[in-house]
Amino acid sequence: MAKHILSVLVENHAGVLSRVAGLFSRRGFNIESLAVGVTENPDVSRMTIVVEGDEYIVEQVSKQLNKLINVIRVKKLESQDSVRRELALIKVVATASTRSEIIQIVEIFRAKIIDVSRNTLTIEASGDEEKISALEQMLKQFGIKEIVRTGLIALERGNKHIKANNNDEE
Amino acid sequence: MKMLGSKAMVKALEIENVSHIFGYPGAAICPFYDALLDSNIKHILTRHEQGAAHAASGYARATGKTGVCVATSGPGATNLITGIATAYMDSIPIVAITGQVSTEQIGRDVFQEADITGATAPFCKHNYLVKNAEDLPRIFKEAFHIASTGRPGPVLIDVPIDIQNSELDFNYPEEVNIKGYKPTYKGHPLQIKKIAEAIEKAKAPVICAGGGIISARAEPELMALVEKCNIPVVTTLMGIGAIPSTHEMYLGMLGSHGNYVANYAIHNADVVIIMAARVGDRAMGTAKKIAKKARIIHIDIDPAEIGKNIDVEIPVVGDIKSVLQDLLQEVGEYSKSEWVEKLQEISRQHSQRKEEDVDPQGPVKPRYLLRTLSDLLMDDDNVILTTEVGQNQIWAANNLIIRKPGGFITSGGMGTMGYGLPAAIGAKVGSPDSTVINISGDGSFQMSLQELGTIKQNKLGIKIIILNNSGLGMVRELQKRKYSGRYYQVNLESNPDFIKLAGAYDIKGEKITRNCEVEEALRRMLSEEGAFILECSVDPEEPTL
Repeated sequence: MAKHILSVLVENHAGVLSRVAGLFSRRGFNIESLAVGVTENPDVSRMTIVVEGDEYIVEQVSKQLNKLINVIRVKKLESQDSVRRELALIKVVATASTRSEIIQIVEIFRAKIIDVSRNTLTIEASGDEEKISALEQMLKQFGIKEIVRTGLIALERGNKHIKANNNDEE
Repeated sequence: MKMLGSKAMVKALEIENVSHIFGYPGAAICPFYDALLDSNIKHILTRHEQGAAHAASGYARATGKTGVCVATSGPGATNLITGIATAYMDSIPIVAITGQVSTEQIGRDVFQEADITGATAPFCKHNYLVKNAEDLPRIFKEAFHIASTGRPGPVLIDVPIDIQNSELDFNYPEEVNIKGYKPTYKGHPLQIKKIAEAIEKAKAPVICAGGGIISARAEPELMALVEKCNIPVVTTLMGIGAIPSTHEMYLGMLGSHGNYVANYAIHNADVVIIMAARVGDRAMGTAKKIAKKARIIHIDIDPAEIGKNIDVEIPVVGDIKSVLQDLLQEVGEYSKSEWVEKLQEISRQHSQRKEEDVDPQGPVKPRYLLRTLSDLLMDDDNVILTTEVGQNQIWAANNLIIRKPGGFITSGGMGTMGYGLPAAIGAKVGSPDSTVINISGDGSFQMSLQELGTIKQNKLGIKIIILNNSGLGMVRELQKRKYSGRYYQVNLESNPDFIKLAGAYDIKGEKITRNCEVEEALRRMLSEEGAFILECSVDPEEPTL
């Protein structure tokens, strides 16, 4: 199924996340990931939602989101016009014999080691989904104990920005 | 000006021009009720909160104003949910006010606490939990604005009791400024031109008019377009009344329970203009088939409806009244006589076929009764008919003559049994000089019968016709067709004596069992000034269509 990224500006109020989640659940839309945080304007938060579905689904998702009073703007981000990143923390089994190999892989991926113990290494990595998935694949052979991913965040490339009024370009 | 939150709530309602509210008090909403006592706003006490919500809805549809209902916290609030959901599905503007437990008690499962804002989020355009008394004026202003503009719908305001008891400096805002809510009213001129071209070229155009025509009060513009371009009109269930039933271009209601010629028109048209309708599954379940044959034009104020259930060639987002006004400037006078004549011929054939044999001694035929009722109401310009849900609703939709918008009030999208009686109460309160008649079945009647108390207390001269087939007719018919007649739980043989019940409420009533009694009984019912219940024995095998 195709995946689409929506950047949604919402009012920074209690309960907005719940309304958006409720909307998705009752209309049967599939959320692959949802990341939310405050923007340069403390009254406005930005949600980055990755939706699975075809063109019809994405159009309906955008339109239904727009109907929510707390939602200010909805913008679909095309992969060629946006920069996407996610953060992952991976706890991998690391013994004396495997530790150096893991460290080499971490260097190749330009990731960081943020915790070490006798049997584990915890790695912090950021990048687009493909990079994170590739790192995960490489580490699987050693045994991954736990992994936590934030979900994608994204911004449009270049000069354009999505503002909380109705103009897209600046 | 300094005042208590409860007083501020009442003052806000007064500023919003609210003259009537429907409600049921309780502990958590007592401060509000105390403030309301000193106001000129008239409060109608229902016998169940669901009745209050449905009454607010009926009131809104009869008057065009935003209906208001009030309940207490916990079970009072949750009892409103069905009424709110019913209004949501049919896009009716209501504001529901609920009491709530004290702010520091929220989340601790105290007495009569319920997360009503969470529970109603799927059924409201928006809702509010008031956290600061200072916010009350702005919230009320926004609530009424959201409920009544764009695509109308319910808005709920949940007010904790300590907020009602707090003091604030009352300043009612002049304007609303909601960043995320700016409906589009004016249709795109190029799109409107495209519609005009499509109408000009069309050999077999048809208009499908929905409930939005009535919400937007666009009936004059619709009529003007129909008569200028000679385009036949079908309506959805919610659109009944958008054009008088007697108009020569009106073909009737379309859809799974609609009439033959309306469905014929929709399936054989080359251009279908959907106006302020949501392409509901019962009206246009065969949307894919229709879209294959015809060019589809969809005009609606809610952009999310366009393209949702049917592929549209010419979409226009905007207020239907404004769009039709613009469209009237672009179209010429056309004649689609071959198509129109064909449809009129089909209409004649099928109505002759439907002219049934009415056995004077046989059980009451609902279609005959409703047509007789329509005949008797011909000279009454102020008639409002409400319906319940089921066979009674469909018989009413297909057989009543509705001559003005707001003259037909029914629960379309949700199909809520028990809607009609309280909605009739709301309609009568809002439009006291109208003749208000509720068409009901024996099942639906029992869902809201406690509201007879409201009728008695407020001396409302509402007429109720109970089409009694001792059961849940529509479901029974479904079991007959799809479950080989394995009837289960559709039998209401232990119905009460409805006339005795009416008498217990000091309401006059009469029971008839034969067709020969129909006309006289209807005359007596209509000439009676006060409330009246007419119970009619209907054959359980009577088909819906």
